[in-house]
Amino acid sequence: MVLEKVVPALAGGGSGRVNDLAIKLANVNGTGSSSANNLLMQAFFRMGIPVSGKNLFPSNIQGLPTWYEIRVNAAGHTARALDYDVMVAMNANTYAQDIAEVRAGGYVVWDASWPLDPVLLRGDIDYLGVPVARMCTESFRSPRERTMMQNVVTAGALVALLAIDLDTVSNLLAEKFAGKDRLRDSNQRALMLGYDYAREHFDCPLPCHVEVMEGTADSILIDGNTAAALGCLYAGVTVAAWYPITPSTSLMDAFAQLCRRFRRDPVSGRNNYLILQAEDELAALGIVIGASWNGARAVTSTSGPGISLMGELIGLAYYTETPVVIVDVQRAGPSTGMPTRTQQGDILTCAYASHGDTKHILLFPGNPAECFDFAVRSFDLAEQFQTPVMMLSDVDIGMNDWVVPRLSWDDSWVPEHGPVIDAPALESRVEAYHRYANPNADEVSPRTLPGISERGAYFARGSGHNQLGGYTETPDEYLEVVDRLARKHAAAASAVPPPQIERRGARTALLTVGGCDPAVREAIELLATEGLRLDYMRIRGFPFAAAVEDFLADHDTIFVVEQNRDAQLRSLLVLETTVPKDRLRSVLVYGGFPLSAAEVVDSVRTQMEA
Amino acid sequence: MASIDKPPIVHPGTRRNSLGLTIRDYEGSMSTLCAGCGHDSVTAAIVHALWEMDTQPHMIAKLSGIGCSAKTTAYFARGAHGFNTVHGRMATIATGAAAANRDLLYIGISGDGDSLSIGLGHLAHLIRRNVRMVYIIENNGVYGLTKGQFSPSADVGSTTKRGDPNNTPPIDPMSLGLSLGATFLARGFSGDKQQLVPIIKAAASHRGLALIDVISPCVTFNDHEGSTKSYLFTRQHDSTATEADFVPVQAEIVASVPPEGVLSVTMHDGSVLRVRSVPSDYDPTDREAVAEHLRQARAAGDVVTGLLYIDETSADLHEMHDTVSQPLRDIPFAQLCPGSEVLAGFGAR
Repeated sequence: MVLEKVVPALAGGGSGRVNDLAIKLANVNGTGSSSANNLLMQAFFRMGIPVSGKNLFPSNIQGLPTWYEIRVNAAGHTARALDYDVMVAMNANTYAQDIAEVRAGGYVVWDASWPLDPVLLRGDIDYLGVPVARMCTESFRSPRERTMMQNVVTAGALVALLAIDLDTVSNLLAEKFAGKDRLRDSNQRALMLGYDYAREHFDCPLPCHVEVMEGTADSILIDGNTAAALGCLYAGVTVAAWYPITPSTSLMDAFAQLCRRFRRDPVSGRNNYLILQAEDELAALGIVIGASWNGARAVTSTSGPGISLMGELIGLAYYTETPVVIVDVQRAGPSTGMPTRTQQGDILTCAYASHGDTKHILLFPGNPAECFDFAVRSFDLAEQFQTPVMMLSDVDIGMNDWVVPRLSWDDSWVPEHGPVIDAPALESRVEAYHRYANPNADEVSPRTLPGISERGAYFARGSGHNQLGGYTETPDEYLEVVDRLARKHAAAASAVPPPQIERRGARTALLTVGGCDPAVREAIELLATEGLRLDYMRIRGFPFAAAVEDFLADHDTIFVVEQNRDAQLRSLLVLETTVPKDRLRSVLVYGGFPLSAAEVVDSVRTQMEA
Repeated sequence: MASIDKPPIVHPGTRRNSLGLTIRDYEGSMSTLCAGCGHDSVTAAIVHALWEMDTQPHMIAKLSGIGCSAKTTAYFARGAHGFNTVHGRMATIATGAAAANRDLLYIGISGDGDSLSIGLGHLAHLIRRNVRMVYIIENNGVYGLTKGQFSPSADVGSTTKRGDPNNTPPIDPMSLGLSLGATFLARGFSGDKQQLVPIIKAAASHRGLALIDVISPCVTFNDHEGSTKSYLFTRQHDSTATEADFVPVQAEIVASVPPEGVLSVTMHDGSVLRVRSVPSDYDPTDREAVAEHLRQARAAGDVVTGLLYIDETSADLHEMHDTVSQPLRDIPFAQLCPGSEVLAGFGAR
């Protein structure tokens, strides 16, 4: 169900709120709005205020409506807000819709270069007209500047209206355009045009505004794709292959950029990495399989359509027990779906990807910091269990900027390569080596790498094989291997990241996954104010840890909050735990925009009342 | 059926190469292909070439897709790692393997269905990337394992065993390779080991991707009258473009000036390839002329064999990406991880 009703609990008082507001900027894409949006985000962050930015952009390069939502909240609630204190309406084509979304007592900042249709006037909000286009036409010569600078003029007006620290913003511009004085001057001039206009014409600051605080001192502002790319860099990835696809492209872009900075051999100046843009996702995974089989850490990143194509080779990696890491930045499906809209729609596909009996290790980061941590961990898990590991992020986590704890690194960390027999051990051993024999406690048999020793040679195959690695069509020999694979998958339950659990002694709980985290936590707080006490669990890995089973057993009613139509996480819980089906209820929000607390609160309340 | 190991009996008089290995050391398990299958002859040529080249078996990596051809990677170089992948995708896995370790000799064995149908896209990009490997297409014009359907290399007018004609034009991997910028193209015939062995040796020394199309008749489904991939047809229509002679690195090059009509190419590893053109005006370094020669031969119904095209000057995958000379998989972790101090700077205020 898509919930439309906004709960009053969120609406709060309209005036005098400090460091608690939501701004929505409505623009036309391809006009340079994103850099101005970024400027505002960075300014709030540097002022020490917890902030989030949700980019609601179209799958298009130029000319379609695009929105950017900024929420600042001293208490740290940074899920998407559904009601806006300030609407920056810069796209006449969406005026009606945008103005309707402003909360009572809120403000519309609009381009007063042209008159506003009186039908758009509401009596319960204020209209702050800034002649943005006219000022830019008067102040800038080139047509490009006249368009691009409009966003900076608007930002300048917001700086004055919301009491954003002007020096901070000016410094940000100076840093961004360091060495490009002309550009810096134009931007600064545009900023001041908006700033001065607002100060002259409006009562600045507005009652809802911001103040410097110390809420982000040990935090960073980062998107999940960049963080995941950092994880790949730190885990020691040397081979990466990918096919361009929204919303995962920025992950590989970031990885390439990082490699150019940190992966040049200091002596030869040549590259300690190889990134291949493959002909399709299938090839991308093939390249990763080949590199991993040969002993390199390798990764591919993709989205749902890529996962569908990779299905065949995911099965090959699973059955040949080749470690591979796939990052799936999920987008709204099915088929091409909505490429720039978020969803958690690949959970079941990934859990059982490929034909035949297959089960995979999944990691579910809930924010960019976990994208980093889990990316690093995924390579260890893949090698430790010699199997595909898929990290499931999404548009919201991957492409939006989040405030998260500063990333940290233990310099004594070394990669865990799992059971591998090296050349000296092979040469000195008496017995012959067999690829799928002598498994360890995790049911993983030691592997050998090509190019090491004749004594370690084996023939990997996706066809039926026995524990010696030989071809087989004999039931007993076949079963010996595939049954071990099932036990191996089960053994991974204690190695994947455990669920995050908050118990308050309640019999009712909210259970969720991934980027729903901030919205669900906020919902729990809101419902608590109404007297509904709830426990909380966020799933972070599959196969499910024992703690998941325990938590399910301890609660009578569990609302499973997820962003897909078919309750995929709930289905996976029903399939893979002993929880009675009727204990699990669903809160499903899957229209493509990031989750808000209001949607969760509304659904839970409705279901509790029923 | 499980694979059958060959008995490890070596005759005392068996010749040994410089590594002290006999030709038997380059064999694999017993073939389960049909008696008389061309593929077994290709396997024998590979074994022979590897033995003569003194290749260390563990420095070889064998890869294949799916089909009768794919099985043959088990029949040679038992001391090498092998990867029997899935249908049509071998090229991608070989690319990744080569990316991770540039020091191994990669031998990919494919078929006409595997390479020219389901895997055509990947083959095209393998050629573009010039991945350093030997890529052999065991070309018989049919799907053998599924019992005799036409493959994309079947000629128009050729018939199935039952007599049904093929009406769809064929894909010629050599012409395809020329148009995509391939740097080593050769065609052999499984029935002509003398021609094939030096070609394989030259391919193994090539700087980039060496694509070898071997007409390898399917005795069970495509060796009848009406087939253009039969032993008889290939023998009758073989038109040799070049004769190759391979001089390994260690060998003394006796005649420094090659005789007239012989092209001498210094290969990537320092060995020398001598190519004698049979039609005296055939130039295996002229891409356009070779393409034209193939077009004319096709019109005449001839099967052109020999080393058809060679370019030893183009960059391979690793050179294109300017990677270090050390295999990527061997770089110590300490050189890969930028450490805590660098990380602390990311995203901070």
